[in-house]
Amino acid sequence: MKNSLRATLKRGSMTGVATAGAAALLLTGCGAAPEAGSTASATASDYTGCIVSDSGGFDDQSFNQSSYEGLKKAEKDLGIKVNQVESKTNNDFEPNLRAMVTAGCDLTVTVGFLLGDATKAQATANPDSHFAIIDFGYETPISNVKPIIYDTAQAAFLAGYLAAGSTKTGTVATFGGIKIPTVTIFMDGYADGVKYYNEKKGKDVKVLGWDKAKQDGSFTGDFEKQDKGKQLTQNFLDQGADIVMPVAGPVGKGAGAALKEAKAAGKDVKLIWVDSDGFLTAPDYKDLMLSSVMKQMGEAVETVVKEDKDGKFSNTPYVGTLANDGVQLAPFHELESQVPADLKTELEQIKKDIVDGKLKVESAASPKA
Amino acid sequence: MSEQDKPKHVADENTTESPATRAPEGRAPEKTAPGPKTPAEDAAAATALDTAGGAMQPSAVPVSAQSGIVPGGADTLVRRIFTGSGIVSVLAVLLALILGGLLIASTDKQVGATASYLFARPSDFLSAVWTAATRSYVALFQGSVFNPRGSSVAVQFAPLMETLTIATPLITAGLGVALAFRAGLFNIGAQGQIIMAGILAAWVGFALHLPLGLHLLLVLIAGIVGGALWGGLVGLLKARTGAHEVILTIMFNYIALYFLRYLLNTPAFQRPGESNPISPILDPSAVYPQILGTQYRLHLGFLLAIAATVFVWWLLNRSTVGFEFRAVGANPKAALTAGINVPRATVLVMAIAGALAGMSGVAQVAGTEKVLTDGVAATYGFDAITVALLGRSTPWGTFAAGLLFGAFRAGAVQMQIQTGTPIDIVLVVQSLIVLFIAAPPLVRALFGLNPRKKKAATAGKSKKAATTGGAA
Repeated sequence: MKNSLRATLKRGSMTGVATAGAAALLLTGCGAAPEAGSTASATASDYTGCIVSDSGGFDDQSFNQSSYEGLKKAEKDLGIKVNQVESKTNNDFEPNLRAMVTAGCDLTVTVGFLLGDATKAQATANPDSHFAIIDFGYETPISNVKPIIYDTAQAAFLAGYLAAGSTKTGTVATFGGIKIPTVTIFMDGYADGVKYYNEKKGKDVKVLGWDKAKQDGSFTGDFEKQDKGKQLTQNFLDQGADIVMPVAGPVGKGAGAALKEAKAAGKDVKLIWVDSDGFLTAPDYKDLMLSSVMKQMGEAVETVVKEDKDGKFSNTPYVGTLANDGVQLAPFHELESQVPADLKTELEQIKKDIVDGKLKVESAASPKA
Repeated sequence: MSEQDKPKHVADENTTESPATRAPEGRAPEKTAPGPKTPAEDAAAATALDTAGGAMQPSAVPVSAQSGIVPGGADTLVRRIFTGSGIVSVLAVLLALILGGLLIASTDKQVGATASYLFARPSDFLSAVWTAATRSYVALFQGSVFNPRGSSVAVQFAPLMETLTIATPLITAGLGVALAFRAGLFNIGAQGQIIMAGILAAWVGFALHLPLGLHLLLVLIAGIVGGALWGGLVGLLKARTGAHEVILTIMFNYIALYFLRYLLNTPAFQRPGESNPISPILDPSAVYPQILGTQYRLHLGFLLAIAATVFVWWLLNRSTVGFEFRAVGANPKAALTAGINVPRATVLVMAIAGALAGMSGVAQVAGTEKVLTDGVAATYGFDAITVALLGRSTPWGTFAAGLLFGAFRAGAVQMQIQTGTPIDIVLVVQSLIVLFIAAPPLVRALFGLNPRKKKAATAGKSKKAATTGGAA
């Protein structure tokens, strides 16, 4: 009896699958067949641009994704061919890079400091291939590797000043994903921005989550677990913070969720996004989005690809700063009206001072070049 | 209900069997999975165990009442999954590949385009499905075994060497999981053991500067000791306090990972002048030599993995200690009654399992990565469970399964480059394999293999296997 029951169940499920499949085909399969022999072939360029992600993958809503989108844009605008390989673990770096060189890539973009060694090894072994590495610079430059790095502290400084000028409770917060220089540079700039505001205005706005002097603060431990970001943000809210800047890629969404709940409960809270303009990339929280500290990685990648395609490759690091718009403070979008005009003017002035070198923003993690 | 009678008859045979004929019973019925047992069978097995195969007086309390692990309980189910029939493994791989192919096809643009006019010209759709799936698998093959487009024989076989390289840590860690399982311990801690081994081995590799030969030897020893301690500690806690090894190993994985992250944030483990969480590169004297020249990544660790497989085979099938492990795995209480030191066996088997996983850690830091990062163990510790599962916890089965998974990972790179198939598809195929292995009745039903016919014929044999855990 058990057997027949199992058989019935099996038959039942198979029928179900078949029915669903047939229904799907019926719904989609009624179009007309195209004329045979109308295959379009449009390979505009022989140039191949390639990209190897780190273990975050191309959907990490952070630097892998931005760099990938930059290359994809180059594919569309410049008509180049694109190869992409995602690394699932640190073990995949070397095989992936080797495969890219074998596949005949003219320029290979590698994402993140973890790929530093593997990129160096392949670049040395293949002096005719060009490479670009995001967020990592070598102490001794390699002739065929172009580092793409960012002085993120400059834009984060503006965000810190903005947060200090916008807080109602006198407490702002930040936290990171993992304690690495590309994360802490945001936190350094943010803390310094707040400090600068306090000095200028004689106020005492507190920063939770990061102590620049000790170079230590709050981290969620990875770039994946959103609930940890939510937990940390709730702790910050309980300690009186009303503006939070998560520097943790997708974990920032956890912070967004916590702030959304707090807002629903009647608190006036705001979020500062990082890497991309959160108003566009994390639209769930756009009514909370005060601004974003942007690193324009897509643009940088596209520029480097274009230069290399035109035969103008150089290994001089590209350093994104406020001056070259490599790093920026995003527009205020919906919260435009809540930012006082005075504050906006001050931010403009600070930006100008930083660009002119009158105001120095320093971080232990700043690019040395 | 003729089945009820049969086991009883077999049970009578068992109780009258002389100890001499039972004692050397260490061979396992390879092809037979211990099927679900009737209560009568259980009673017979319990009697046989209670008397340690007739060698001792029956104890006052029946074995089935003493032991937490009674035949027919949840543990038997896990055991069936781990030591099921080989044909199921093969069929599971086949099924997973077919389903994976369909999945690849369903995400293919050309398939989507032709599906919209399926009824106008179905041949387009079918050929698109076929092309999408086969192109990906051809790329997988070219990336993992043989690339006919290579310029020389050396280049053509480079993918195979890559497969062996990636398989190396999978094999040794898989052996660790398999060995522990044969002693009845579900060792999920390979990940943590790899990490601890990696920490120690890497530190010896970059902090000490020793002569060639001695340095590598110390790196290897440090890694094996690190893994063995981390595994043995679990065994000790289990033996002394009765804490469950699954919980212990999971928690030990976390401890190891966060300990590693902490270390990577200390200057002692960072490169001078840098604050990224990445260790200095290991000294050239501390890394495995590349055994087939510098054009391949294949390193000495692979030969050690073969040696480890032989060692585990010998340990399980030819040594007294291995016999004890299997006896404990089958029924710890019965093993105790038979005079086996169960706590000692538990600690020892976990230490050896940890040492094997430790070899994976060494293969990582001294073989391929040459640095210590928080991703040093990759996902090998968890893949190792799958590998042991697919290899049915036998040494050579694990070896073969390790090679297969190595091939999947190596080929996935070419699959991504040539066809744009995401690497996730490979992970889906791997997961499907586990799913099908965990559900043997499903696989058998799909292929029309009826286990009932076999069962009656092998009922007696499978019971004997249960007393020794089976060997192969």
